[in-house]
Amino acid sequence: MDLDPLTLARIQFAFTISFHILFPAFTIGLACWIAVLEGRWLLTGRDIFRQLSEYWTKIFAVSFGLGVVSGIVMSYQFGTNWSRFSDIGGYILGPLINYEVVTAFFLEATFLGVLLFGRDRVPRGMHFFAACMVALGTLISAFWILSSNSFMQTPAGYELRDGRLFPVDWWQIVFNPSFPYRYFHMVMACFLTTAFVVAGVSAWHLVKRRFVDHAKIGLSMSLWLIAVLAPAQVFVGDLTGLNTLEHQPTKLAALEGHWETYEGAPLILFAIPDQEAEMNHFEISIPKLGSIILTHDPDGVIRGLKEWPAEDRPPVLPVFFAFRAMVGLGLLMVAIGFVSLWLRWKGRLYDTGWFLQTLRFTSPIGFLAIMFGWITTELGRQPWTVYGILRTEDSVTPALTAAGVLTSLTIFFLAYTTVFSAGIYFLVRLFQRGPEGGVRAPDLTANRPKRPFSAAPEAIEPGPSGRPTRISPSAAE
Amino acid sequence: MLDWIDLTLAFAFIGGLAIFMYVLMDGFDLGVGILFPFLPGGEDDRDIAMNTVAPIWDGNETWLILGGAALFAGFPLAYSVILPALYLPLLLMLIALIFRGVAFEFRFKAVTSRGAWGYSFFFGSLFATFAQGVILGAFIQGFEVEGRDFVGGLLDWLTPFSLMTGVALVCGYALLGCTWLILKTEDGLRDWCYRLAPKLLLGVLIFIGLVSLITPLWNEAVRDRWFTFPNLLYLAPVPVLTLLVAAMLLTTVRQRRDGPPFVLTMLLFLLAYGGLAISLWPLAIPPDITIWDAASPPESQVFLFVGLVFLVPTILAYTAYTYWVFRGKIRAGEGYH
Repeated sequence: MDLDPLTLARIQFAFTISFHILFPAFTIGLACWIAVLEGRWLLTGRDIFRQLSEYWTKIFAVSFGLGVVSGIVMSYQFGTNWSRFSDIGGYILGPLINYEVVTAFFLEATFLGVLLFGRDRVPRGMHFFAACMVALGTLISAFWILSSNSFMQTPAGYELRDGRLFPVDWWQIVFNPSFPYRYFHMVMACFLTTAFVVAGVSAWHLVKRRFVDHAKIGLSMSLWLIAVLAPAQVFVGDLTGLNTLEHQPTKLAALEGHWETYEGAPLILFAIPDQEAEMNHFEISIPKLGSIILTHDPDGVIRGLKEWPAEDRPPVLPVFFAFRAMVGLGLLMVAIGFVSLWLRWKGRLYDTGWFLQTLRFTSPIGFLAIMFGWITTELGRQPWTVYGILRTEDSVTPALTAAGVLTSLTIFFLAYTTVFSAGIYFLVRLFQRGPEGGVRAPDLTANRPKRPFSAAPEAIEPGPSGRPTRISPSAAE
Repeated sequence: MLDWIDLTLAFAFIGGLAIFMYVLMDGFDLGVGILFPFLPGGEDDRDIAMNTVAPIWDGNETWLILGGAALFAGFPLAYSVILPALYLPLLLMLIALIFRGVAFEFRFKAVTSRGAWGYSFFFGSLFATFAQGVILGAFIQGFEVEGRDFVGGLLDWLTPFSLMTGVALVCGYALLGCTWLILKTEDGLRDWCYRLAPKLLLGVLIFIGLVSLITPLWNEAVRDRWFTFPNLLYLAPVPVLTLLVAAMLLTTVRQRRDGPPFVLTMLLFLLAYGGLAISLWPLAIPPDITIWDAASPPESQVFLFVGLVFLVPTILAYTAYTYWVFRGKIRAGEGYH
């Protein structure tokens, strides 16, 4: 692999988008979780819901900030590194992205201010409304970005003039063939991601016997969501696969590892696909099952990669493995959901040690599944940026220099490493600290009337003694 | 459907509005960042200064994303030429904005690394502003285009002029931040800002003068725009008003009034922005490509315009609401959630 501008630009895109997606993946579900907690507090008046909401809002604030700053990079990268793509696709993708900004970004960013800082300045109902607007903003944002990305997967409603994409039917563009499936698939994935983090943190607090009342609520609510959404996600994922079979047959063939066209295709469980030799090594497969799943007919025809010229095929090996990793993690989520139902029925949900330990270790499972899912779908679209229309190699900026991309790639790498390490550090500290109102240190703010709006001391780093201290910024001086 | 208005003009206006809103709104919170390490009362004043912008900076910065997105949607040719041309200054801006944005959350959560995140906030604000000024200067200079692609080099933007506009914007945002702090704070911090504002104003006026002299000297089109009859007569109010506003700004600072200096600084920015718009109109990619050359087709414009007509006023309304919620002076210890 040469370090030509195209390769470097692809590495940079992969790196920056992979970092970025972690945060929206978490905050989409988290915003809804906070809105639900605020709603329950408003309805029941039970203070524990407010404490939980404030706890998770702090975690939200850090994650959302990281998502915003890494997202700005994305919106400029299309222009700097992929100017041909921007010029050719801009008439269609420009308005979609613009709608994302004006319907979602402003809503999230503005009402986040009220959610974070406004509890003592606005009525309760207004504060709940702000939480709902932030949640709505994240869902609308996902709507437009999934619509844009789905247009690149399954373009519709366009016309090619002078080699550029002109919009013809905006309804078809926005609701292109793969969009509805991919939208629900992604939003459910985000909810599951958040649910596993909430479940993991709650389980950890239960294991440590800290913040027990709060942790039980968090564990119960997140596990209900997992028990319902994980199986539903398998169903939606299956529909997404069928849609891919219809509209992106090369991607489907790559993720199934099919080189040949079969009547009655096998389901390949394991193999080492070989792009050069156009075959699989060490293949383990179940006859006919592939066709049964995909066509609901044991002799259904599935086209293999050899039907397309080699230059139109995606890289099979990473797509094949990323897909299996995603499915495997999804099935693990289903299993955890079922176990939780059984334990709940037995009344042992909160005190089964091995299950709580499992939840601790599966808390990042959603992030991994989302990452593998996006690797499957984005690499599976290759060698195209807009499927069947614009090749990746023709999308890059003509004036792009290897020196330029290498500089920016290095700097992004260093900056992201620094900032995101710090972000993870502060998040872990926040997870450790737990919600207000649980088992807690003496209230150091009680005799400081100068802080009327400060509901909670902020600083969370360990003090000089190495123990987590709960002192406030001004007291720390 | 919407044949009766020139949508390209409408998009130029919306794009121009987004960039101007960004300059004003992120301008003052970047300005607070630029003044951050110099504030007289140490960490206490820094807490106060940061809390004056903490609830609103995120919304302010969203105008920058809208600026980029509006360029992409309304003028994709300009987006795909200008962004590659400004590769390195944009990189500097993005990195600086990352370090500055996370500092809001991290600084309040840190104890041992608190000072470091304060510097992250300062340098982030400083370099983001400088990069934006350089981008402005490079835009005025123009870009080398063939067909639909930028064909210049990686360092074309780097000239004494663009470096000067970089410093000029640092001075300008610092003045915005300074008068914002006058509006939002009290006591020692506000007194310090009263003393600083005239110095920053002097700097801003010198830079406005320099840009106004250099640009027409070296660009014939700009010279013709301003210095031919009868344009000279129509456009004379711009420099006259600039001086008038500057004089009022100085007076209100001397009178130690809280609100007017900030409003007058915004007016000063409006006049400078208007002056640049007059010089460069109707170019989307200086020196040759106009907004009509670079515009997206009517099919795209109509689809977006119908939404923007309702959404932009809505955004302005709820933005105004949050500013109203967080109105008034910030005192020590108030603020963070």
